[in-house]
Amino acid sequence: MKTCLVVDDSSVVRKIARRILEEMQFEIIEAEDGEQALEVCKRALPDAVLLDWNMPVMDGYEFLGNLRRMPGGDMPKVVFCTTENGIDHIARALEAGANEYIMKPFDKDIVAAKFMEVGLVQLTLPASI
Amino acid sequence: MTPPDYEYLRKVLKDLSGLDLSADKQYLIESRLLPLARKSGMSDIAELVQKMKGGSSALINQVVEAMTTNETFFFRDKVPFDHFRDTIMPEVLRARAARKSVRIWCAAGSTGQEPYSIAMCLKEMGAALAGWRIEILATDLSQEVLEKSKAGIYSQFEVQRGLPIQLLVKHFKQMGDLWQINSDIRAMVAHRQLNLLHDFSQLGVFDIIFCRNVLIYFDQESKSRIFARLAKAIEPDGFLVLGAAETVVGLTEVFKPFPDRRGLYRPNDAQNAPGKVLPAGAAAPRLAAIAGL
Repeated sequence: MKTCLVVDDSSVVRKIARRILEEMQFEIIEAEDGEQALEVCKRALPDAVLLDWNMPVMDGYEFLGNLRRMPGGDMPKVVFCTTENGIDHIARALEAGANEYIMKPFDKDIVAAKFMEVGLVQLTLPASI
Repeated sequence: MTPPDYEYLRKVLKDLSGLDLSADKQYLIESRLLPLARKSGMSDIAELVQKMKGGSSALINQVVEAMTTNETFFFRDKVPFDHFRDTIMPEVLRARAARKSVRIWCAAGSTGQEPYSIAMCLKEMGAALAGWRIEILATDLSQEVLEKSKAGIYSQFEVQRGLPIQLLVKHFKQMGDLWQINSDIRAMVAHRQLNLLHDFSQLGVFDIIFCRNVLIYFDQESKSRIFARLAKAIEPDGFLVLGAAETVVGLTEVFKPFPDRRGLYRPNDAQNAPGKVLPAGAAAPRLAAIAGL
């Protein structure tokens, strides 16, 4: 089972994300800010990170930089999930090594589409009729 | 909804658009037409049907559009666009090297996500297409969705389903909560209103036809006839792309599956004699009523 680290300071968002991702067969680890997330990554790198931008202590952008500098830190697929919906933020995130970007509000279809985009889940096609 | 009202709507939709609803699609009608009825100040489907019977052609038009507009998103199903990039275009670039022109038709262009996905694919091919004349024609039954396609403006929700974030950043401009595809991509796509039940020979002959998730709405007879006419609108070495759940098997012999490429078909040379259609049993769809639309 693939693991996904969900990083968001809102417990409501973490809960929604957990429900969606568990349905997609991910094992979920939660973190409330970038620093907690980094601690999790130091113990074991997850396959995926769903990452909020604005959080206390350490924000998502700073966390991403730290993660990518860690040994093996280029491996996890990082998908931002944030209300920072400006194209300037998106461009910065991509430059810093984000693989995909979700603009809040999000739903299951968007998460599934983005995770498929970065190869974390397989495409399922309908059967011929 | 009363059974007579349902039968009336079924018949109108069949006659005007070819949409072939089975006997159990009441929910589909209600989910699509109730919002339309309410928007027009009517309380229910019964009242809508009354107004339609009263001869409001504008309303009938809206009903047909509401029932035939399909969900679509950028790079829908992904695989057809991989086929396009990895199988179709390399072959077309070889076969048309002398002519240096490619004609592509999206036969159910809808709100533009498919033709613009194709245009972005081509843009990404860059230098390989330098000096080539590329034509992408998007047609749809609905004028309303074609207008949306021409504008190329999408909600935040629409640009997040199927569109890789790099392509969003590269090919779109942000307009508040909305995103507009850049003018260089928009300029690659021409638009035209078209009912697939009608003659489309005036469109000419194409190298590649995308006809995805639209024939599913037609009855077998109409499907076979459309395939026969598509075969005449495609080069003998051209490509036909169907939806993930669609097939030509059992419907027509004018196209044959491309080996190991799901959804991809090519004209069947042996079968392309003029007028070749699989058993024509029932009468042709009645088109007389559509004249005024």
